[in-house]
Amino acid sequence: MRGRNGFWALAFHTLFVIFVLAPIAVVCLIAFTPESYLAMPTNGFSLRWFEALLDNRDFVTSFQTSLMLGLLSASAAALVAIPASIAIVRYRFPGRLFLLTLCMSPLMIPSIVLGVAFLRYLSQIGLGSTMPGLILSHVIIILPFILRTVMNSFGSLDPALDNAAASLGSSPWTTFRRVTFPLIVPGVVSGWILAFITSFDEVTMTIFIASPGLTTLPVRLMLYIEDSIDPLVAAVSAVLIALAVLTMLIIDRLFGLDKILIGNIDSDKNS
Amino acid sequence: MSDTLDFRRIPWSPFLLALPAVVVFFGFLLAPLLSTAILSLQAFSLYTGIQNVYNLANYIEIFSDNYFFEIFARTARIAVLTTVLAIVVGAPEAYILMRMRAPWRGLFLLVALGPLLISVVSRTLGWALLFGSNGLINETLMALGLVESPVALMYTEFAVVIALTHVLMPFMIISVMVTLQRLNPQIENASLSLGASGFTTLRRVVIPQMVPGILAGSIIVFAMAASAFATPQIIGGRRLKVIATLVYDEFLYSLNWPLGAALAMLLFAAVIGVTVGCNALAERYFARIYR
Repeated sequence: MRGRNGFWALAFHTLFVIFVLAPIAVVCLIAFTPESYLAMPTNGFSLRWFEALLDNRDFVTSFQTSLMLGLLSASAAALVAIPASIAIVRYRFPGRLFLLTLCMSPLMIPSIVLGVAFLRYLSQIGLGSTMPGLILSHVIIILPFILRTVMNSFGSLDPALDNAAASLGSSPWTTFRRVTFPLIVPGVVSGWILAFITSFDEVTMTIFIASPGLTTLPVRLMLYIEDSIDPLVAAVSAVLIALAVLTMLIIDRLFGLDKILIGNIDSDKNS
Repeated sequence: MSDTLDFRRIPWSPFLLALPAVVVFFGFLLAPLLSTAILSLQAFSLYTGIQNVYNLANYIEIFSDNYFFEIFARTARIAVLTTVLAIVVGAPEAYILMRMRAPWRGLFLLVALGPLLISVVSRTLGWALLFGSNGLINETLMALGLVESPVALMYTEFAVVIALTHVLMPFMIISVMVTLQRLNPQIENASLSLGASGFTTLRRVVIPQMVPGILAGSIIVFAMAASAFATPQIIGGRRLKVIATLVYDEFLYSLNWPLGAALAMLLFAAVIGVTVGCNALAERYFARIYR
């Protein structure tokens, strides 16, 4: 697996990189256009569309909603996922596999189906168009990400550490707080970040349960694009892309993006 | 030994730990899905709305109307083509990435997987800008003199497939890389040192070992493409409906919730059916090979 890539492989790779980056680059370029219509910034760069964005109350408010929703739902999901993952990893009990399947199932359910389901159900229980309703629905779809990373970090942990702490007289709560938790922190943090991003970017489910007064940024953007595509949406997208790149660099520095998404690539050092 | 409480000696502690998750998932996943399943059986009238009449009329309507059949067929076609394209592009790229050295591999992994962190709406908007009648692709084609007037790219299945492939590609690459990283690189070297050509090694040694990853990736890409909403909504628009955008229209414009719920349930069943079916087939296939 460590051979050299030949000429054709590198040619293929170059086309692939162009394919991946082209739509992203186009959005970022058009966001800087000085024209009042969709055009490449051939006559110099302008920030007019970013200024227009800051003046747009709708986009600014929905950006705040998205941030708040991401923070609250990722944190709530972590509070639910951490004890559940302890139960799944550390205990053998009837219904364990069912619990695991149940918690991972949102990954298999199409978002459109969840959107439909929540639209009806949240209004039935009186949480339609409310922040708690949005948070609960987001907790469901992002919980699998936290559960998985936390379970992975337990997997590499020696259970004897708990026994050692207990035999030295520490209570279960102290053991968890002082021994176990510090060791699973990386898993919790990386899961929380993935969950936050997933919540922040979610559009298919949220478009069903958001209301004009309570809308997330991707949903606002989506609804705007359905009406018209102008440089303003390119500016919004450019901001989102810049935030994503920033997050990506931070994750990559902290954990390695590949480790979070693929697992440890360099584990094949046995050769 | 201490006489303090040991977590593991309390018989109900795993249930207590799992309780919040169980409550949340029963209350806010199973209950809403059940509620939607019931809704799909209810009758609807334009004047009185959702009625308390329960039958299979919505499903019968969907199965007997050619309009719905066309949309289901289109959705399947788009999902299959997207999956094939994701394999053709993603599998070789995963192999190429695996063979790269530092720092190139780290850099291009960010390029290949980073788009996952960007909102799907922004990524699709990029394709809408490229495909538009005065978008970059048409401008280039006209500047090169290949076409006289702009080619209609927006609102075509071709455009939806390309944009969906772009959106879902990282999942294929991740799946294939997960398989590739478990391989022992010496197997490839063994094949080469035993006199096999590079091409034979690729065909007889590397590709067969990539198959499980390709299959896993295909299942994910197919399921996500079949139920994708944002990309077909932006690129396909009203003119090129797929099941997900049809469900959206039924719920937010036609307001026929029961019919929309029935469509969503059918999409759900189809996606789960294909996913579980393919997993079972793949398992049987590999059980035979690795017997």
